[in-house]
Amino acid sequence: QESGLKIRYPLSHTKTMAFATMDLSFLSDPGVFAKGQHAEDDDARGDLQMARSIDIQSFPLAPVSSPYTFCEDVRKHGNAPGLMDFKHGTTTLGFVFKHGIIIAVDSRASMGSYIGSQTVKKVIEINSFLLGTMAGGAADCSFWERHLARLCRMHELRTKERISVAAASKLLANIFFQYKGQGLSCGTMVAGWDKKGPSLYMVDDSGERFKGERFSVGSGSPFAYGVLDSAYDRNMSVEDAVELGRR
Amino acid sequence: LGAEHRLATAPQLDSCRASARNLAMSGYDRAITVFSPDGHLFQVEYALEAVRKGTTTVGVRGKDCVILAVEKRATPKLQDPRTIRKILTVDNDIALAFAGLNADARVLVDKTRIECQSYRLNVEDNPTVDYVARFIARTQQKYTHRGGVRPFGISTLLGGFNTDGVPELYQTDPAGTYYAWKATAIGKNSKSVVDFLEKKYVEDLEEGPALRLALKALLEVTEASGKNIEVVIVRKSGLGWMTEDELDPLLKELDDTADKISKLKETK
Repeated sequence: QESGLKIRYPLSHTKTMAFATMDLSFLSDPGVFAKGQHAEDDDARGDLQMARSIDIQSFPLAPVSSPYTFCEDVRKHGNAPGLMDFKHGTTTLGFVFKHGIIIAVDSRASMGSYIGSQTVKKVIEINSFLLGTMAGGAADCSFWERHLARLCRMHELRTKERISVAAASKLLANIFFQYKGQGLSCGTMVAGWDKKGPSLYMVDDSGERFKGERFSVGSGSPFAYGVLDSAYDRNMSVEDAVELGRR
Repeated sequence: LGAEHRLATAPQLDSCRASARNLAMSGYDRAITVFSPDGHLFQVEYALEAVRKGTTTVGVRGKDCVILAVEKRATPKLQDPRTIRKILTVDNDIALAFAGLNADARVLVDKTRIECQSYRLNVEDNPTVDYVARFIARTQQKYTHRGGVRPFGISTLLGGFNTDGVPELYQTDPAGTYYAWKATAIGKNSKSVVDFLEKKYVEDLEEGPALRLALKALLEVTEASGKNIEVVIVRKSGLGWMTEDELDPLLKELDDTADKISKLKETK
């Protein structure tokens, strides 16, 4: 349940923040976080408003005067060095060619030099014709892409038509833009087939969204671009394309 | 007993009105969110009455076009006719004609226009006629659902093309329902117009015949004059308003045919 997500900060940490004008009422009344989800207008919401149905009020924002610059402020404050340095270590890439789209990802989850897992699924099946990749914060990527899957399904049910890749990537980009500056970390590629053929979009946590033929996202991306650019050919066969992705 | 001798109004409507009057006296028609004991939402039904008093509007779906034709009330001498627009553009290729309260139409169409632009912004594609019809219907239904507001007193006819290039005609009403039609009419005397359309409608009409059918249907209940009728032809390439100069000769021709037929009947 979306409203169940809570970010807990140790009290001593927040007390030392100079800029904090905090509302700590949530400590005695956690129900405060559940509001916003069940407005009377809920079922009357249109398709577009559904995309924002995870209301900003229902996610507990940092209890400070300026939640939108929270991460930057913590870094600047210097009181908790390294707290906001989320560690990443991924390489994902995707390219469009004559027969479709190849997505290639590595399967390691790491936190700095610590390897969390070697068998992570970094490709998320949004639906049977849309894929999303994961780079950056694993939780952010997987949660929001699963939310995107929900929105895509609602679109299909309402309009009796599959959602276009442009629309799906736009929904995701708008969500990221809404949370811009609050510490989401996610670089994802949305790839799929729709009426216009195969499309690949790169969507990022700052709300940027680009359509393109070749993308690579993650800490290993400069290396991936090198390999990709040298051997890419739009008319290559499926086997060659798979081999290029693997390389 | 008096009901037997009435020709124009349907007998069911009279009995409905009679029962409505009885129940209305008990106050079930005042608050919109209150059902009557026999399941009526009176305010919604009264809104439909307002629509029935509005100007006649006809829509016909052809093979690759949608024709919307409306009756324009005669403009007073001192009024600028250019300010009276009965068929409105909702999006690039979607036209809306309505019957009912002009002011309500203006407000509802404005909301719809904003929604169409939002859709373009968020989905990077044209909204389909189905989507727009659903939005209008949802908005109209919202206003039947809460206290302190009244329903929109309009029914709309939406004409446009969907993404596969197929023409579509939708109707919405104050209750918040929406239907797709091959051809229909709303407003004053719409029943006789719909009866005419049911008899004369043929599938896959070309633009010319579809236009003639729409105009002939409208002429069943309206005076044949370019000043009285506004027509929009919705094509895949966009919307086309017919000018008075284009309309007048066509109307004259169609009107003559009707007269000829009646003359033939008289001689027989």
